[in-house]
Amino acid sequence: MQETTPHPEDGKRHVFDNPRNVRLVIYALGIACVVTFVLDFVIHRHVDHPWEALFGFHAIYGFCACVVLVLVAKELRKVLMRGEDYYDD
Amino acid sequence: MTSLPPFAIFYVGALLALVTRGWLRTALMLMVPVAGAVNLAGLPSGDLLSVALFDQSLQLLRVDKMSLLFGYLFHLAAFLGILFSLHLRDTTQHVAGLLYAGSALGAVFAGEMITLFLFWEMLAVTSAFLVLARRTDRARRSAMRYLLIQVLSGVMLLAGVLVRLNDTGSIAFDTIALHGAGAWLIFLALGIKSAWPLLHNWLTDAYAEATPTGSVFLSAFTTKVAVFALARCFPGTDLLIYIGATMAMFPIFFAVIENDLRRVLAYSLINQVGFMVVGVGLGTDLGINGAVSHAFNDVIFKGLLFMSMGAVLYRTGKINGSELGGLYKSMPMTTTFCIVGAASISAFPLFSGFVSKSMVMVSALEEGHDWVWLALLFASAGVFHHAGIKIPFFAFFAHDSGIRCQEAPRNMLLAMGLAAAICIFNGSYPWVLYSLLPMPVDYEPYTAAHVLTQSQLLFFSALAFTALKLTGLYPPELPGINIDAEWTYRRLLPRAVREIVPAIATADGVWRRGVLGGLNSIVEFLQGHASELGVLSRTSHAGTMVSWVLVVLAGYLVIYFL
Repeated sequence: MQETTPHPEDGKRHVFDNPRNVRLVIYALGIACVVTFVLDFVIHRHVDHPWEALFGFHAIYGFCACVVLVLVAKELRKVLMRGEDYYDD
Repeated sequence: MTSLPPFAIFYVGALLALVTRGWLRTALMLMVPVAGAVNLAGLPSGDLLSVALFDQSLQLLRVDKMSLLFGYLFHLAAFLGILFSLHLRDTTQHVAGLLYAGSALGAVFAGEMITLFLFWEMLAVTSAFLVLARRTDRARRSAMRYLLIQVLSGVMLLAGVLVRLNDTGSIAFDTIALHGAGAWLIFLALGIKSAWPLLHNWLTDAYAEATPTGSVFLSAFTTKVAVFALARCFPGTDLLIYIGATMAMFPIFFAVIENDLRRVLAYSLINQVGFMVVGVGLGTDLGINGAVSHAFNDVIFKGLLFMSMGAVLYRTGKINGSELGGLYKSMPMTTTFCIVGAASISAFPLFSGFVSKSMVMVSALEEGHDWVWLALLFASAGVFHHAGIKIPFFAFFAHDSGIRCQEAPRNMLLAMGLAAAICIFNGSYPWVLYSLLPMPVDYEPYTAAHVLTQSQLLFFSALAFTALKLTGLYPPELPGINIDAEWTYRRLLPRAVREIVPAIATADGVWRRGVLGGLNSIVEFLQGHASELGVLSRTSHAGTMVSWVLVVLAGYLVIYFL
């Protein structure tokens, strides 16, 4: 283990200290989403499964899967979570 | 050139590492995987080395396409792991690391089950030292639990092999039909080592307690040897498809709420092995190729992720998401390499996961397993969520924890850089990897449809994360642990023993007191009758006996005349 001195002000301003840059990343993600979604119109996809033929299937499935995953996991935490020394006593 | 069994080179290397120090040991250790790879390149196919043991002949070196692929993979993983741990001055870890890698090689080149068993146990024993070397009380207890479970797996494997030897007379390390006690014992032994649901907690337990460098080694070998053995013994076993789909699904829920970032990676390791197990269960050429190539890529990108978290733990002494954040300011290169690993495990186009994971998924669809395909798609979105976003985000970005530390040591950066380069190379130019696969490859990863659908899946998963984070719905990183199947043996069983033992003691006391009391009263009763005044110690005259004899004789006379 090396020096781990917490000093919030190290005098330097880093790239994500500027909220504008954070917003830029979010916008870039939004654009990527829109572009890939719209490309579904343009590109004729080879379909292995009938559900895949649904417009934007992977986009919608990915979004819903993650939301469900997080919300279910959040509920699970109420049941599963214990103190850090739970097994030590 | 004479061909040596690959494990021997590593075992000799470990011996040399034990007696050397400083730069000499560094050079020796780096030489071991290089010399091993040269040796490997010169090996012809076939059973090359047999040793007689009683009436069996042990095949120590079976070379075919599958063992060669895993052979090269393990040499590569060993080289990366050794490079990553060069800054250490810890003989235990260096020697254990080499022995562990050597044992994995011994197992994949095993030509029959007895040799497999020997290296299976060596894997368990040598790897436990990588946990013990953390030298904390927690790690020691974790290593003991790990060792117990691993040795149990070995004992089951041996039992299964012996039962089969008795039934069929064969110890062949080949396809086994899943019926009979022997086959099931072997099946379950492989199941423990490949971390099937409910048998998986040794992995999340020990990998999170191992040393920063130890978990890099651990993540590479044990589970991949198990996948290799499954692919050898049980390809096309339907049950594996459902076991694998469950493995891909359930750990992601735990990974989302887990605070220890190396334990998040351990859960994600189970999730990735799930894809491989599905591929083996499908048993088609595409499925087996998918399983094997994903094992290859997983060793590199999961190793890279464990390296980046190991570097964070080494520099900051912390690994909990709740205590980290903002480290990109201090460790920009580690951050970059971690992101490459994250992109690879998430299967972004041009990164390694993209060219291997999809083979398993396409194969599942081709075989008509629609629901399994949906489950794997869910797992793909989930793995991006917890390994692709959560790991880099909470360690290197999120809120600034205020921690300022040095960038990782140079050897760590080199190892991470090399692993990252392999991830990108395999992702962008998969043909080298494909040429090494055991089955003929008829698969094109870079179709417009595949690139587009995978990009949609990932971008919209990222969108979901961003939306949940901005709306405050995302669960914050909190200190604490989550109970899992291990609760049964870490809490329930000890508790039950603690409750039951006093109850048994009480019952035992009551019973003993009762029996003793009974015995006492018998003794007292006898004593009463045997004492001076008792009926048994009374004295009488000899004449009394003569008169009784007379009575008996008279009685006899009477009976005689009747």
